[in-house]
Amino acid sequence: MIDSLNKLIELANNLKHEPKTDITIFVSMGTCGLAAGATPILESLKNQVEIQNLQEVFTIVETGCMGLCHSEPCIEVVENNTGNTMVYGKLKPEHAEFIIARKAAKKIAGVQTVEKTWYYPDCEDRGDKLQARIVLKNSGRINPENINEYIINDGYKALGKVLTEMDPQGVIEEVTKSGIRGRGGGGFPSGKKWAFAAAQKSDEKYMICNADEGDPGAFMDRAVLEGDPHAVLEAMAIAGYAVGANNGVIYIRAEYPLAIKRLEIAIAQAEKMGLLGKNLFGTNFSFNITLKLGAGAFVCGEETALIHSIEGMRGEPTLKPPFPAVSGLWKKPTIVNNVETYANIPAIIRNGADWFTQIGTDKSPGTKVFALAGKVKDVGLVEVPMGTSLRDIIFGLGKGICDDKQFKAVQTGGPSGGCLTADKLDTPIDYDSLLALGSMMGSGGMIVMDEDDCMVNIAKFFLDFTLDESCGKCTPCRIGNKRLHEILTDICDGKGDENSLSKLRDLSEAIKDTAICGLGQTSPNPILSTLANFEQEYIDHIEKGKCKAGTCTNLISFEINDACVGCTLCARNCPVNCISGERKGMHFIDQEACIKCGQCYSACKFHAIDRN
Amino acid sequence: MSCSCGCDTELNLLTQFPKKKEKLAAYLSQLPLGEDREKNRGYLIQSLHKAQELFGYLPECIQLYVADKLGLHLAEVYGVVSFYSFFIDKPVGKYKINVCTGTACFVKGADVVLEEFKRYLHIEEGETTEDLNYSLGGLRCVGACSLAPVVMVNDKVYGNVTKEMVPNIIEECKLND
Repeated sequence: MIDSLNKLIELANNLKHEPKTDITIFVSMGTCGLAAGATPILESLKNQVEIQNLQEVFTIVETGCMGLCHSEPCIEVVENNTGNTMVYGKLKPEHAEFIIARKAAKKIAGVQTVEKTWYYPDCEDRGDKLQARIVLKNSGRINPENINEYIINDGYKALGKVLTEMDPQGVIEEVTKSGIRGRGGGGFPSGKKWAFAAAQKSDEKYMICNADEGDPGAFMDRAVLEGDPHAVLEAMAIAGYAVGANNGVIYIRAEYPLAIKRLEIAIAQAEKMGLLGKNLFGTNFSFNITLKLGAGAFVCGEETALIHSIEGMRGEPTLKPPFPAVSGLWKKPTIVNNVETYANIPAIIRNGADWFTQIGTDKSPGTKVFALAGKVKDVGLVEVPMGTSLRDIIFGLGKGICDDKQFKAVQTGGPSGGCLTADKLDTPIDYDSLLALGSMMGSGGMIVMDEDDCMVNIAKFFLDFTLDESCGKCTPCRIGNKRLHEILTDICDGKGDENSLSKLRDLSEAIKDTAICGLGQTSPNPILSTLANFEQEYIDHIEKGKCKAGTCTNLISFEINDACVGCTLCARNCPVNCISGERKGMHFIDQEACIKCGQCYSACKFHAIDRN
Repeated sequence: MSCSCGCDTELNLLTQFPKKKEKLAAYLSQLPLGEDREKNRGYLIQSLHKAQELFGYLPECIQLYVADKLGLHLAEVYGVVSFYSFFIDKPVGKYKINVCTGTACFVKGADVVLEEFKRYLHIEEGETTEDLNYSLGGLRCVGACSLAPVVMVNDKVYGNVTKEMVPNIIEECKLND
């Protein structure tokens, strides 16, 4: 049992001085690593250690996501004596033999290595590194299922510090001074939110962790929960102490089974060591955490809807005020913070608000984790200081666009956000700059699009999502979005008219102004933002009946030109047999029967098929 | 209480699988339920998760059973079941084929893959083949965006899926039989 700060520090010191093997190998075992085949890699590494009889040299640790999705499955080899490290990517089980035999963190012929593009702001200098890891500090470096590894890395020290050395008011002041803003997307100052709840008089208050990460294409929170679950638990207890709450609830989507499992293990371990439960660190403060599973409803990311879902009801939002900080779960003062916000808190307490404000921009201090995906070469999780430019993220960390195509736009903020075009690539991004550009930070999804993506179709895709996820409670969102979707479908089908765009704009503005919750109010953003940046594309669809990107099938046709040599490849690839012609003679496409799948277009080796 | 749709299997799901019923009863009895319906309701979603894990889906008889134990109305339980996409009230196929419809997968061609599955299995999204072998659905981001587009068959993830791979994926399911 840890019942004082000294005991915790003593334990951490003892753990630090435990003898280590010469080399530790970290195997990235997050959801993406597992999907890419991390399990056979782990097995073959373990086998090779046995076969080569090197148990005394190697320790193999299963860890969370390293953020290197583009190179999964990957491992990091660390020489414990020298501190040298090397990350190997795109591993195959047969590589294990060489890696174990090498007994060093050095390059190996035939095995791909991955450059580390991050530094740790609390213990290293920046150098030329683009990424700064605070939230992802432990992810990929510790075994998330072993509380001792968290403790070695200063885990629960911040909780011990606030409980034994600070009063609740002091904690709130420190967090307010750090300037941290809600990482779920809204960007509301967390310290201010806590102060609201702290000011309420109530026999019971609740801290909620919003882990209902529903933005399609975003997986930051999952990586944190899978890679460093204790950081969130510790932060919730700190926040509980600050606002006077003794109960915490983590609301997590049922689609994240691995994160749920690791949280369950983490909670049990923390309770066993007395780091959660009654009389923490020998004080009279008690804090318990329970898990509540979601059941697949995007709207439950909205805090009032989330609270209703925890209460066992349909996840429908209600009007604010009253704000949850006044009347939330079971009508008691409640704070809802996002996973990433919580994951920052222990570091802020340990290193101080002044340290935190040195990172990032004046109005948005700290870092932000982005899930970089779409048509970018290196897909992955990146954590960068606020104020980093899109160019550094997409072309620096993401290494540019797939197949050397042209960058067209990047969508931030998911279905609530907007797209940013090439001329905005050098804008330093933070909450305010993104809002000024008509997008938003959102939870941190960043989807890169190239010349082959039709922006009208993208707007329709996001609206598809909103339609599906609208809870149906308020009319603007339920019916308004349906109408928007119909107009967009018409445009994509070539049935738009001269009034389509003004209707889209008017209706979008009306929905923004009148919907009840964040989901509805932001649902027209993808339309407004693509209209602002790519109006010509909409006009081409409507007036010329053309889709330049070639994705709106009703607006394109395929025709065979004179370059055809009669190789018959197109005819053999056509799934509906609508291409006719003799061998070595020119071929023809039956336009009536053509389903515009584009198979012939991609199969032809002679550029003999035109897409119009 | 008879089942409103008149199907015998649904009516008998609880009597048909007494062991599963026992497990569900055991789970419900360890919950700290009391007189306060509002507080009991807080355990509804997790109870439904448990029931669906045991029975595969949540027909009316199961919803009624859970409602009784928690002291709630069937209508309230049905309201929750129909709201959340995770809960289903019809039986699903042995192989649940889910195409990721997250943004990253979409820009990499998940819609084409989904269409091909529909064409191949002759069912729409959200439907199950008549032989109860395959269900087809969309899935929100599984977070394996580097492998986009992604298809999940039960717990297995297929990455970088192309239209051409669709028949093979279905064949692979058959091989497992």
